[in-house]
Amino acid sequence: MVNSHGHMDTIQVNKLVRNFDDFRAVNEISFEVHESEIFGFLGPNGAGKTTTINMLCTLLRPTGGSAQVNGFDVSSQQSQVRSSIGIIFQDPSLDEELTAHENMRFHAMLYDVSREDFKRRSEELIEMVDLTDKLGDQVRTYSGGMKRRLEIARGLLHRPRVLFLDEPTLGLDPQTRRHIWQYLRKLREQREVTMFMTTHYMDEAENCNRIAIIDHGEIVAIDTPANLKERVGGDIITLRTSDNELASERLIQVHRVETRTGPEGQLIVEIDRGDQFIPKIIETFSKGSKPIEVQSVSLRQPTLEDVFIKLTGHAIREEEADTKSQMRQRGRMFGRSGRRP
Amino acid sequence: MNHHLKTFYTIWSRDIIRFSRNRGRIVASMATPVLFLFVFGGGLGPSMAPMAGGSLSFEQFMFPGVIAMTVLFTAVFAAVSIVWDREFGFLKEVMVAPVSRRVVALGKVAGGSTLAMFQGLLILILAPLLGISITFEQAVYLLLLMLLLAGVMSALGILVAARQRSMEGFQVIMNFIMLPMLFLSGAFFPLTGVPVWMEALANINPVSYGVDPMRQVALRGSVPEAFLDAMRLHPIAVDVVVMLAFGAIFLVPAIWLFSKQD
Repeated sequence: MVNSHGHMDTIQVNKLVRNFDDFRAVNEISFEVHESEIFGFLGPNGAGKTTTINMLCTLLRPTGGSAQVNGFDVSSQQSQVRSSIGIIFQDPSLDEELTAHENMRFHAMLYDVSREDFKRRSEELIEMVDLTDKLGDQVRTYSGGMKRRLEIARGLLHRPRVLFLDEPTLGLDPQTRRHIWQYLRKLREQREVTMFMTTHYMDEAENCNRIAIIDHGEIVAIDTPANLKERVGGDIITLRTSDNELASERLIQVHRVETRTGPEGQLIVEIDRGDQFIPKIIETFSKGSKPIEVQSVSLRQPTLEDVFIKLTGHAIREEEADTKSQMRQRGRMFGRSGRRP
Repeated sequence: MNHHLKTFYTIWSRDIIRFSRNRGRIVASMATPVLFLFVFGGGLGPSMAPMAGGSLSFEQFMFPGVIAMTVLFTAVFAAVSIVWDREFGFLKEVMVAPVSRRVVALGKVAGGSTLAMFQGLLILILAPLLGISITFEQAVYLLLLMLLLAGVMSALGILVAARQRSMEGFQVIMNFIMLPMLFLSGAFFPLTGVPVWMEALANINPVSYGVDPMRQVALRGSVPEAFLDAMRLHPIAVDVVVMLAFGAIFLVPAIWLFSKQD
């Protein structure tokens, strides 16, 4: 599929809808993912990210709208879609009682990869993710990061043209997260794989070529991280004062500058040339019948978090544990993957 | 190899590998049947009226029933494990692979049945301890009957689990399906001469059609023919046909529900 810019579109989504009973999880979203780009879905838990990925992977039937992946329709050409994509789920879908090699071999069987191709490709992929020494070990002996790497290698075994990653670094420590990203970037350099990922980590979204910000089942904005940050406009000044309410009023009166309140009650100002604006603020606050004391002030470049807050009016935060994450917790307690009594 | 065959083999062999790798679990899973046979059976036996003119101890009577119980539980648990496995396990990977879900369901039934038959075989090995002699021929027939019962129960397990999304319903399955099936199967007491309502329920219980032929085959040679005939509910051929019918009744909707996209 060639789009109006002459690029190939790997994924095309048109007014996609998914309802769960009365609840609309995904509401008429439309977007394209270009060939070989890393496309990110950024939003809080429950925004509809996983539901969208599940529809694109043919695990969920769309309630309305349409989507094509690699030119195949997700509703009517499921088998072709499945053959041409690789998926890394939020929860590891490895069999922990099996060895890494067995997990890889079973994947090759399910995707009908020939014995010769399997041997050659698995060696290469396992080497790429640095697991060659651990190939014969049972997966339950693996760390969280190793499992993710194995899943990445496994997901590429059948040479998919798109790799879906649903929160690929969820629950991993920061060092392991950086490590996983090194592999993913290496992967993009070495092979022309398009990646579609979901995340609620802001720093992770920075790695994407383009980001769709999703909230309450709707796409609020799609753009490159740099362009999105430009929408915030200039710099971010964060202030703590003796009286934030009064401070906010003064800023509007004197400088015609709107403020908003940060998660810890700080006063946030978005403005060009923030370095020059700070002295003006302090001057304004020291004047008048009731001077305002400035307790702290900081200046920084806008982040995607600021973009998200600006566009949606609220911050991305960890939501209350839903039933599924409770089940996940319980699973960790009892040991994973369907243990038979 | 054909892609369907590869899929079937993958699902089946995964169950076998997992099972064989966990020896501790195999031993642990024998605890319940052994407890039933030697403690429950051995304790209750002396206070009961002699069976088959005194030629049959209560433990011996229970023995085929305990095999059936083991098969029933192993098969249903193996099938119900798909609930967990589909959300958080390897089955999730299977569900997005370009494979036929019908074949996946069949592979799961085959895997569960094989494990259940194997667990049944481990109980069968205890026969000499109870003074029951089993010839090779009897053992083969018993294994085939175990496999058939296991297939029926695995199909039922898939049917129950196919649309479930959490393990919360599991206790319900246990209390309202498995235990009634076990108690109304003739595993622990003869169904000859029970109240009419119980007989009626036993007649629609697939497990009773598994216990009946297993008892006939297992105790042949250990109990006089006349007593054996008196315990028989149906001819073996009828039992087998009824089990096959139950299997089909469970399997068709099970596969259909399992294959349905959410």
